[in-house]
Amino acid sequence: MSNPQFSPETLALVETMKRRYPADRQKSALIPVLHLAQAEFDGWLSVPVMDYVASLLSLQPIEVYEVASFYSMFNLKPVGKCVLEVCRTSSCWLMGAEDVVRHIEKKLGIRVGETTGDGMFTLKTVECLGSCGTAPMLQCGSDYYENLTLEKVDNLISELRSDGRRRTYPKADRVMD
Amino acid sequence: MGKKLLLQHDHVPGIHTLQVYRDHGGYSALRKALSSMTPEQIVEEVKTSGLRGRGGAGFPTGMKWSFLAKPPGVPRYVVCNADESEPGTFKDRYLMERIPHLLIEGMILSSYALGANTSYIYIRGEYYYVANILEMAIAEAYAAGLLGKNILGSGFDCDLYVQIGAGAYICGEETALLESLEGKRGNPRIKPPFPAVAGLYGCPTVVNNVETIAAVVPIVNDGGAAYAAIGVGRSTGTKLISASGHINRPGVYEIELGVPVEEFIYSDEYCGGIRNGRRMKAVVAGGSSVPILPADLILKTSNGEPRLMTYESLADGGFASGTMLGSGGFIVMDEDTSIVKNLWNFTRFYHHESCGQCSPCREGTGWMEKILHKILDGHGTLSDVDLLWDIQAKIEGKTICPLGDAAAWPVASAIRHFRSEFEEYVKRGSSIRDVKHYFRLNNLPEPVA
Repeated sequence: MSNPQFSPETLALVETMKRRYPADRQKSALIPVLHLAQAEFDGWLSVPVMDYVASLLSLQPIEVYEVASFYSMFNLKPVGKCVLEVCRTSSCWLMGAEDVVRHIEKKLGIRVGETTGDGMFTLKTVECLGSCGTAPMLQCGSDYYENLTLEKVDNLISELRSDGRRRTYPKADRVMD
Repeated sequence: MGKKLLLQHDHVPGIHTLQVYRDHGGYSALRKALSSMTPEQIVEEVKTSGLRGRGGAGFPTGMKWSFLAKPPGVPRYVVCNADESEPGTFKDRYLMERIPHLLIEGMILSSYALGANTSYIYIRGEYYYVANILEMAIAEAYAAGLLGKNILGSGFDCDLYVQIGAGAYICGEETALLESLEGKRGNPRIKPPFPAVAGLYGCPTVVNNVETIAAVVPIVNDGGAAYAAIGVGRSTGTKLISASGHINRPGVYEIELGVPVEEFIYSDEYCGGIRNGRRMKAVVAGGSSVPILPADLILKTSNGEPRLMTYESLADGGFASGTMLGSGGFIVMDEDTSIVKNLWNFTRFYHHESCGQCSPCREGTGWMEKILHKILDGHGTLSDVDLLWDIQAKIEGKTICPLGDAAAWPVASAIRHFRSEFEEYVKRGSSIRDVKHYFRLNNLPEPVA
């Protein structure tokens, strides 16, 4: 994608975001806008996409790169349509997160950090997602899948596969101007 | 059954909507404050209540509020810390998801009390769906004249926005949060200046946890004295506890501060005891950063007093035999849990989440993770345990922000209370050197990279 361009709807949302901060503090919109970019451009942030975001917010590209590379939710490499993010910390570990990870690795034939050949799934391990009382859990898009068993994981993978859609972060139904 | 101030209506269908929230007394505190209280009176009520920061530090909220600088002509900001990422903590997510208007009402009240006309709720990126719930609720509040210009005809203006993060534990530290809100990497700032003087955009700012802000609502409704009447000593009011791990009834519980720890763990009203009839081995009482305690010390202090769920009782004995209430992330481990492996899990977490600014934290966390992995692999020596102790002691107190302390305390406490377990791994070294064989023998999962 050499010339990324937001849809008019997303551009309107970017303008809404910018109005949330003082006129000389537009950089505050950077992280929300990077989320919009990741949702719109195949789930990851390529250099042209980051440069586009920089131009929208009148920032130097480096200001975007340094932020995008700091936060774990921003993918700087292509990812599958469904990124399975398994929590590996603390209570999830106590309750069997490692079994979940190994099960998915075996089932999909990939290791943590890899994407299946058909581009459908990427497997990631992430740190505590605040779902410790319903451990183990994984996140896909904005959805939490909690109290996992290996059987539930199997069912989820079949569901996601037959659905075939990219899972991402849905825009708010209503965003205040 | 203890008194509930925040979650008394959490199971009412539709409580996330403005209508149902109002039907159950919602926004009565705001009406009361705007019609009959000055901002200073609210600050006084919060001081009287004895409310302490619910994010983990436990600093008195009224005092924090009174530090806010008020230079004329300079905007002030109230920022809600909804970055909840301390492992073992999930109470704020529960509160925001179930009763978003409680947080919104608390934000408007706090903004009025502190003279802020623009306020932000900074929520961790992974809680994207919760952010959408908040956006919907905020839209409802604007439509009903509870936000925006001239709220309820009082002449007070307040705009409230949700700001989304993108995955970084460090952004729960208030100055890192402000950096992130300004669109930068989440590197904590050197203090002073404190946010009360120079916070968001260099302006005076108060940053408070979700639960702290929500607690302002019952304090305004019933008065600070009524709030202070609940609890024990300087631990006043109620606290949300996130209970997880090897217990029968994990979940979020609102307790009156002062409930005995033993009752909290074993009563069917709360955790319901240890799963599968096993015995309890250890507890991390306030989120992964606080010292781990063995079963006997979490139930009773070293003087043999029953331990209570209060800031003071949990800290009784200092770090030699006590811990902290912290964020209220209460993680229970049964007798089959490997303390060394649990510590490796925690230490890897801190290594992953170190922002990299200060060398003791950046280098030390990774070094400790490597040593723990080596010990788990059966290649450890007794001097490695001493080395771990030495490294954690050289991280603690030597970093810009408390992440360094948070990484050091679990290591120190695990060695202090469970040293023999480390030594066991070391002694059995040659027999567990075949890692796969060892993990299979002990029916343990292998470490995942």
